[in-house]
This record gives sequence, C-alpha cells and structure tokens, in this order.
Amino acid sequence: MQYDPSPLAVVIFALFVGITLGLSFWLGRKAKSAQSFFAAHGQIPWFVNGVAFAGDYLSAASFLGICGMIAFYGYDGFLYSIGYLAGWIVALFVIAEPMKRLGKFTFADALDAKFGSPGIKIAAGISTLVVSLFYLIPQMVGAGALVKPLLNFDHSTGVIVVGIVVILIVVTAGMVSTTWVQFIKGTLLVLLCGLMVGMILLRGHRTDVASTQDGAVVPSVAARESAGIFNYGAYSPGTIGHLAGIKGPINTDKLDGTSPESEAWSSRHYYRCPAQNGEDVLVVRKVPNSIEVQVCQMVKVVNGVKLINGTPQKKGEVDFRRVGQIAQLPQGGTETGPLGPLSYLSTLQESEVIVTGTDKFKDDDGIEVTIYYPKLVKGSDLLVPGGSPTFAGIKSDKFVDKLDFISLMLALFCGTASLPHILIRYYTVKDQRAARLSTIVGIASIGVFYILTLYIGLAAMTSRVLDPSDSNMAAPLLARSFGEWMFAAVSAVAFTTVLGTVSGLILAASGAVAHDLMSHGFGVQLDDNGKVRVAKISAVAVGLIAIWLGIQFQGFNVTFLVGWAFNIAASANLPSLIMLLFWKKTTKQGIITAILVGLLSSLTWVLLSKDALTKLYGYPSDVIPLVPFSQPGIVTIPLGFLTLVLVSLMTGKPEKSQEAV
Amino acid sequence: MPPRQSRAGFVLFLIYLVIYLGFIGINAFCPGLMKSTPLAGVNLAVLYGFGLILAAILMAFLYGFVGNAAGDVEDQP
Repeated sequence: MQYDPSPLAVVIFALFVGITLGLSFWLGRKAKSAQSFFAAHGQIPWFVNGVAFAGDYLSAASFLGICGMIAFYGYDGFLYSIGYLAGWIVALFVIAEPMKRLGKFTFADALDAKFGSPGIKIAAGISTLVVSLFYLIPQMVGAGALVKPLLNFDHSTGVIVVGIVVILIVVTAGMVSTTWVQFIKGTLLVLLCGLMVGMILLRGHRTDVASTQDGAVVPSVAARESAGIFNYGAYSPGTIGHLAGIKGPINTDKLDGTSPESEAWSSRHYYRCPAQNGEDVLVVRKVPNSIEVQVCQMVKVVNGVKLINGTPQKKGEVDFRRVGQIAQLPQGGTETGPLGPLSYLSTLQESEVIVTGTDKFKDDDGIEVTIYYPKLVKGSDLLVPGGSPTFAGIKSDKFVDKLDFISLMLALFCGTASLPHILIRYYTVKDQRAARLSTIVGIASIGVFYILTLYIGLAAMTSRVLDPSDSNMAAPLLARSFGEWMFAAVSAVAFTTVLGTVSGLILAASGAVAHDLMSHGFGVQLDDNGKVRVAKISAVAVGLIAIWLGIQFQGFNVTFLVGWAFNIAASANLPSLIMLLFWKKTTKQGIITAILVGLLSSLTWVLLSKDALTKLYGYPSDVIPLVPFSQPGIVTIPLGFLTLVLVSLMTGKPEKSQEAV
Repeated sequence: MPPRQSRAGFVLFLIYLVIYLGFIGINAFCPGLMKSTPLAGVNLAVLYGFGLILAAILMAFLYGFVGNAAGDVEDQP
C-alpha cells in the first residue's frame, strides 16, 4: 500500500529521532575507553538497566511483528509473546548470576573464564556474530516497513537510512548512550501501548467502522457486503453484480458476462470479471457448496509495475481496500460501547469476524498472482492457536505436523538466555544483585507489554485498518485510526525501537570481533584505543551487511524471522552455557564443537526450510523442502547438548593439570 | 551465589517449566480443550497465556525477595 506522509507525523517523528540522537552524542562523549564503550563502566543503575533490558528485547519484531501476526491470524502471534517472556525465566533463574560472576565484556569471556582457550573465544565470537546478524535482519525489515507510510520511502531506501543512522550512533557512542536510549524508549513504548489499549477498550467493538448505514440494512449484512462478501440467496443475480461493482450478473452456477476461465483460475474457483468502471478486473471467488461469493483483491507485478485489480497502483487513487472487521456482534447492533479487558475478549469470541485469506499461484503467463479474499470466521476460532500457516499443523492428526509448533516454543524458551545482546547487558551493572534486580524489572515491563500486544493485535484485526499486503504495518495503521498524533508517536517510538535494538546488536557483534576474535582469538595485540577502533570499524562493516540483508528479506513477517534467530541462538549457545555452569566434566573441545555444530546445523536447516525456499529464493510454493519443518530447535538444541557431552567425554582427562592450552 | 538463592531459582525454574510444558502439551495434543471457557466467557487459551505471563512476573518478584533476604546476610562484613 502507498501512503501520504502527514506533516505532523513527520515533525513529531523528526523530533523524536533528533532528541534520541542528540542524547546519544551527548552521553557518549565521555565514552572513550574499552570499559565504557562495551560495558558502560559497569555503573548503570539497576532500574535503568532493567528497563533497558525491556528496551533491548521489545524490538521492532515484538511490537510490529507480533501485533501484525495477531491481526492477521489471531492467537498465533500471541504464542510468540508467551514464548519470548518464558525465555526470561531461564535467563533469570539459571543464567543471570553465574554469567555476571564469570564475565567481563562478552559472552565469550564467560564461556572461556575457566579454560583461557583461544578456540573457545573464536567459536563464541563467530556464534555471536552470526546470531547478531540473524537477529538484525528482522529489525532492518521492520525499519523498512515503518518508514514507508511515514516518509513515503520505498523499502530499500528506508533500510539504508536506518542503517546509516544506527552506524553513526554506535560509532560515536557505545554502551552508555545505547543503554539510555533503550531506557527512554522502553518506558515510552510500554506507556504508549498502555494508552492505546485504554483507547481500544473505550471504543469497544464495532461492526462497521465507517458506519454510514441508514438503518435500512441489517448491520451484519452491511458489514459483510462492505468487505465484499455477498450472499446470493438474498438477491437476484443482476443485483449482486451491481452491488459487487461488477459489470453483469452473478449467478449461482456461472458468472455471466465473462468468458470461460482458464484452468489456473477456475480450478481455484476464481473468476475474473470486468468491473463497472470499465478499467479494473475484479476477481470473484465462489466457494463450492456455499451460497457466498467473495470479491477479492488481486495483485500482480508486471514489468516492475504493481497492478492492483489490473490497474497500476497509484497513491490515493488505485490501492488496496483496507481489510479486517467484525461482521456480527453477539448481541446484534453496530457497537458495544466501552468494554472491560476480559469482556473485550469474550465479546470477540462470540462475534463473527471477517479476516483476509491469501492465495498465490502462477497465472497463465507464468507471472505470480496474489489474491486476498475476505473470509468469515468465528471469533472463537481466532482466539485459539493454529490459525496461521506457520502453526496450522497443530490441528493435524499427524505428530510430525505438530513439531513446528513444539520446536518453536522450545526455541523461544531456550533462546532468550542465549542472545548475545541480552547477555552483554549483564555487564553494565555493578554486581550480581544488580543483575538480578534489573532482570526482574525487565521481566515485569516486558510481561505487561506482551499482554498489551494481544489487545493491539485484535483491535487492528477488527478495525478495518489493515493493509492486506503487509502484516508488519498493523500496529501503526491501528494507531492512525486514533488520530494522526497517535500514529506519529507510535511510529516514532517504534522507529527508535529499531534504532536502539539495532545499535545494541551491532555493538554486540563488534565487541565479538574486537574482543573475542581479534585480541583473544587470534592474539592481535591491541591497546584500549586500538580495541575501540577495531570495534568501530567492525560496527560499520556489520551495519553494511545488515542493510544488505534487510533488503533481501523484505516481505517476511518480522517476528517469524526473530523466531529463526532464537532457534540459532539457542542451538549454538545454550548447550555450552548450561553445561559449563552445571557439568564439571565439560572440556574446552566439547564447548568449541558444540557451538560450531549447533550453529551450523540450525543455520543450514533454516536456510533449507520451505519458508526460505519460497520467500527468499523465490521457488514456487509447491516446492518440496529438504527439511521436514521450518523451526530446527527441537532437533538442533539436543544435538548441541549431545555433541558437547560426547566430545567432552572423549577429550576429558582424569588429571586436570595435564590439559594443554 | 548463596545456596538458598540458587536452590530457590532452580525450584522456581522447574515449576515454571512444568506449567509451560502443560501449555505446549494441551495445544499440541488436546487443542479442543483450549476452546473451553472456564472464566468470564474467556477461553482457556487466553487465560493460560495470560497466566504464563503473570506467573513469570510473580515468580520473578518472589525470586528477588528471596535473593534480597539472602543478599542482606551476605552483605554483612
């Protein structure tokens, strides 16, 4: 969808970003030593650090991706919220304090504290680099999605601008300013979402947001028809055609006024009909054994021009119809008025909702067509898992189909404690007690936020604001329905969210290069200044790679990508972390192989999965993937543990003193 | 780390793990149950999800309380 940038939104947005950057320069001017660049002197107050944890963690993916996934598929997006938070339990109860005790700057320091082996430093450094890069991809994709409606940039321009701003932040500042930026942004994000949920509950549910009906039509029918769903039991064929905007009548068994459809279309029950305006082609979907016809939206890119219903997209004139609304409320009528937090959910559960189904196939000319069709579903089906393509297998009778879900929930649980940019935040406070307290503050803020995501997502689903082509835009578009200022504030906070998280990640990655790989792994002698210089050079390099990846991965739901990053992080890092802390026989060879095996196996798996094949490399959607499901965690995390135990047992010696370095 | 703290952490971790596995188990093997509405017309899926989030916050505070009690003793010279 194309958008008009609003001057107010741009001004508020510029103010936000300007203040954030100014603050970052100001706070960072004293950060010259390695200690302060990487770990903010270990002197950040625990409360600030706790909220900064939330700031780091509530990335663009949490905010944009989860809300979007809930808005498109219902409960499934909330599964990510649950898993992301549950992961903090592992971080707090198992990892937090030992990590603080062992480490200095990076996660590799902690792993290596007992052995002093360059091999561990190199393996852990590589793993940090790969995981950070993978986690950077969704942030960059989210950034591209955000600036699109705000400043009317296209995706790649947006990604490039964000990348450059972030590189500037990291190079000039380091951990002190990153922490303060995260603190401010974490606070604003939670407060703003709280405010928005308050407004959502005050507005309640409505069947038709436009609400221009004169009362002559039953509200539920009006709502359906405005979404393009027509019941042909109620009208004569000519009337339906007229109402649906089609030239010619719509019959029960054939569509008059159209030539017979080709196999590609008719086998899917689609029929192309000329529209009344004489230019567009409207696609009508006739569901077999039903008395419904659905008027769809069709997209096709021909020679680089995006055609919507057959006409080139033009801002403000030819564009997608906004989708997502309630068709029927349990008590009838057009609106409920203000609702409580629980009655908001129970009302939705008893309502009928119109959501958007997506279908892609090859047209007769070999070019891919995407069809968005309106679909009537029961609210009670939206509020249980299994609505999205990712988790549809949960309803299947076959065990292997359920594995995607189980594997992802496992990866989310194990992944948080293995994320390098979360782990480095344990070194910005002064002792174990402060590490613990800030984790608790972090959990509380993140938990409250995740409860809010369910309301924001469901409200976006039912307020007729969604762009059917981009799930990542759900939250900002919902905000726009509350006014331009809300849209500007939400976009600005979400954008600083991206800036903050990306700079944290680049910092973690550059720390890995300068500290783990260069000075400890390969033994390059660097003084403090040299180390900071190497880190800054690698920050620029990592930033540039992230920009490139952000452009490649356009079109993925960002939280789905984060799920992958969690899989890789958990597979590569968790086995070593846990075993080092709780198993005395762990050897350095065990740690090195476990990291490399976990990293490579999960990375390979992800890159060979069906989602990667179809969305990244552009294979047709019926391609047979090389791995049985998309989320590798359930296989590769145990594989990491197994590798570590086997290698440790093979290399372990009874006398510790003989161990050579 | 004071032993009391790590033991409390481990016990809390196990409790949470059981609740979390319960959630995965019901969803994977008995999804119909998630549609039942035990309280205020809200279904089990939403209630369990909220429960998991609130339980995490509650247990975090509980752990912090135990830790601070133990930490006070540790801080004595």
